[in-house]
Amino acid sequence: MGLTLTWLSVIILIPLAGLFLRTLELSPEQFWAILSSRRTLNALRVSFGLAFAAACVNLVMGSIIVWALVRYRFPGRRIFDAIVDVPFALPTAVAGVALTALFAEKGWLGAPLAALGIKVAFTPVGIFVAMIFIGIPFVVRTVQPVLQDLDPEIEEAAGSLGASRWQTIIRVILPSLAPALLTGLALAFARAVGEYGSVIFIAGNLPNVSEIAPLLIVIRLSEFRYADATAIAVVMLVVSFVVIFAVNRLQRWAQSRIPAR
Amino acid sequence: MTIEVRNLVKKFGSFAALDGVDLKVDNGELLALLGPSGSGKTTLLRIIAGLDWPDAGEVSFNGEDALAQGARERHVGFVFQHYALFRHMTVFENVAFGLRVQPRAVRKDEAAIRARVKELLDLVQLDWLADRYPSQLSGGQRQRIALARALAIEPRILLLDEPFGALDAKVRKELRKWLRSLHHEINVTSIFVTHDQEEALEVANRVVVMDKGRIEQIGSPDDVYETPATAFVHGFIGESIELPIHVDGGVIRLGERPLQLAAEGLAPGASRLFVRRHDMLVGPPGTGAFEGAVQHVRNFGPVQRAEVALAGGETIEIDAPRDKELRAGDTIGLNPRRYRIFAG
Repeated sequence: MGLTLTWLSVIILIPLAGLFLRTLELSPEQFWAILSSRRTLNALRVSFGLAFAAACVNLVMGSIIVWALVRYRFPGRRIFDAIVDVPFALPTAVAGVALTALFAEKGWLGAPLAALGIKVAFTPVGIFVAMIFIGIPFVVRTVQPVLQDLDPEIEEAAGSLGASRWQTIIRVILPSLAPALLTGLALAFARAVGEYGSVIFIAGNLPNVSEIAPLLIVIRLSEFRYADATAIAVVMLVVSFVVIFAVNRLQRWAQSRIPAR
Repeated sequence: MTIEVRNLVKKFGSFAALDGVDLKVDNGELLALLGPSGSGKTTLLRIIAGLDWPDAGEVSFNGEDALAQGARERHVGFVFQHYALFRHMTVFENVAFGLRVQPRAVRKDEAAIRARVKELLDLVQLDWLADRYPSQLSGGQRQRIALARALAIEPRILLLDEPFGALDAKVRKELRKWLRSLHHEINVTSIFVTHDQEEALEVANRVVVMDKGRIEQIGSPDDVYETPATAFVHGFIGESIELPIHVDGGVIRLGERPLQLAAEGLAPGASRLFVRRHDMLVGPPGTGAFEGAVQHVRNFGPVQRAEVALAGGETIEIDAPRDKELRAGDTIGLNPRRYRIFAG
């Protein structure tokens, strides 16, 4: 107990407190001025907006991947299963360079997309792609064990009671997976908001357009404007905390409808 | 609703789960499919329900081809061994599920659904659990809810797959009686699968004994117990003594020893003799067809069970009344009151 608290304090709470203390050096007016500057607002908007969109895409695509991995036996299934973890394991900078090379105007995917008039690298779309890449394992790995535990008999039961495939998915399978899906969404979102390495390579980092908040913090730090940097950091922290808290509540609500077996 | 199954074959890889099964079920029957695990009984039930498909053969309901329909269209109530209740729904919503997923054109309105669910919960005597979740119920309660859920759609046939298999012995006994009286009340053609002979004999009107994907015998509980059609049925139902015998020249021999039993009409060669444990009557030495030495005796409720080493070399267990004086070391004569001989 004591060890747990001490460890948590040293690792998490003290650095966070330091962050808040540093911000206190600013007067409320200064704090407000930093936050309401166009560049800060745009950076936060890019970070949170795209992270949320990417997490939603990951939720849908991740669920489909999980379904295939759990319910079907196909050649190479184990390899695909292992590939899911690649974004976990890959150094983010390597991922960033690889994605950039792939989506650059002369890259394998970038070239055909450019021909269609779609530019991915060095635009917000690139950020979006990178966030999807690094978030997908979070959804897959949280939902997978729950789906494995889900008895296929309940689908047969629904079918024999007259439910169509669609009704079975909507009324039986998704509600059973809801807590795991929400957790996966929250984790993928949190990871995408904080992602730095893979995004800055592909983003182009144009202020107000494709500049993410973590990058803006680094820029402020390199300009020795520490207070500015911590102010942005505090906002990210608070928003992330609120989101995690909300998802937690949602999850608990969903779980209360499925008491432990 | 009558069910007819003709020449059903189902293979899993090289294993034949069903190997040419023919079966007719009459309207309103309560039929038991009895057999050891791997005998194909559950596969047969799942094919009738539309949860599995045969490799060959026909299934018809009231003369109509059932294989042309999926599980959804067959209108069959299915009860699973492990209940398969929806854990995120209350008991009420579980039972209402089949009514809520009906096509809009025939779906009942909310008040009618509520009334119907109430009626079903009353039928299974669990109306006071309507707002609970399945995880808050005991095994026996869950299975009764699963049954109410299956009955909600007014199924043409009710199929139960080892319905009491996951329950403890006491609850299982209660539910058996309850299922019988429930069937009497609703009178839907029902088939249930079990590996428990006592359950099959106690609950069903008719018992189908299966082994290795084939039907060994179909008959009333009395038929399959009193006049088993095959060696398998004799060995599987009731407790039997099985002895390898040899028939030649009108004499039955156990090892070298001739037995004082009638051998008329028996084909010469190796055969097996079956006797129920309680049909082996104990007498003084030299009076019966068999002779043996008592090894040990244990009391088993109303009977005493004795292990006897026969003169022919085999050791058997017999059940004798408690008032018979039996002690380890005694030499006794044994005479089978009834017995059956199967070739092979």
